[in-house]
Amino acid sequence: MHEMAVTMSLLDLVLKEATRAGASRVVAVNVVLGEMTGIVDHCVQTNFELMSRNTPAEGAVLSFRNVPKQARCRKCAHVFQPTGICWTCPKCQSAELEIIAGNELYVESIEVE
Amino acid sequence: MEVKVLKDILSANNQIAEQNRRLLASKKIMAVNLMSSPGAGKTTLILRTVEALQGRARIGVIEGDVSSSIDAEKLSQAGVTAIQINTGGGCHLDASMVNSALANLLLDDIDILFIENVGNLICPSGFDLGEHLKVVILSTPEGDDKPHKYPMLFANADALVINKTDLLAHVNFDLDGFKSTFKGVNQRAALFAVSGVSGEGIREWAAWIMEKLASVRSGK
Repeated sequence: MHEMAVTMSLLDLVLKEATRAGASRVVAVNVVLGEMTGIVDHCVQTNFELMSRNTPAEGAVLSFRNVPKQARCRKCAHVFQPTGICWTCPKCQSAELEIIAGNELYVESIEVE
Repeated sequence: MEVKVLKDILSANNQIAEQNRRLLASKKIMAVNLMSSPGAGKTTLILRTVEALQGRARIGVIEGDVSSSIDAEKLSQAGVTAIQINTGGGCHLDASMVNSALANLLLDDIDILFIENVGNLICPSGFDLGEHLKVVILSTPEGDDKPHKYPMLFANADALVINKTDLLAHVNFDLDGFKSTFKGVNQRAALFAVSGVSGEGIREWAAWIMEKLASVRSGK
């Protein structure tokens, strides 16, 4: 449900950046979205279509680069993707993990005219 | 034309959170963002903490709910300074809601500010409020598999309070197994097992809060 708040912030950011670039229209928005954020990209997509109406971002194509969660084992430094309900290192079975990817939530670039 | 942006989507929220942090620091207040499912015991934990810290710290509360002021009234009846935020359907608190609430509190009379977030294990985790500590409460009837179902909230917590230990005999909750799986996603968080009903574990939790208050005040 917080996709609405996230989309609103996304639209504000995109419009601000477009104005700064002196653009009149936003053609595309490239978003990086980590799995750990729990944000559903097609909800953001639908919200964006509705919220961007009558703004320079109306009709912009949203592209999402989804980043899967990644963990590093604190014992043996092995990097892997935790799955299922038990997050343990597949090499040494340690449960002492550090999440090193998957928290991303940012705009990489926009395409403007 | 391509324009590089490389900015956090929630940067506007984060900037207001930073203002909140500065205001709280200037008033020497420690803010604690309490997050859990609905009914896990956030308000009860606050009430027990107020009792445990009577005469040692002055506590203020920002209550976040979709609607009603039931919780703020409950706290006010117990003599706690509480202010209610109704999100009107919103599933989480954000930094600007907290900013407005701070303007309506007598900050000079508060040492510890509990911000009781909207009951929800997903949405609150992404929004910085300007708090010093993120505390997650999980009650035993909810089940011991939650850290893996809602990893972001649990992975970013500074402390986890397992509440309703008085029900352990009646629910399917493996406390030791839970502790080790939780440590799997979060190494640094302090862990407390408490019962808001019997008072078990409250003293340890309250002692930790006082320790944190001392370190926030000494700037560590």
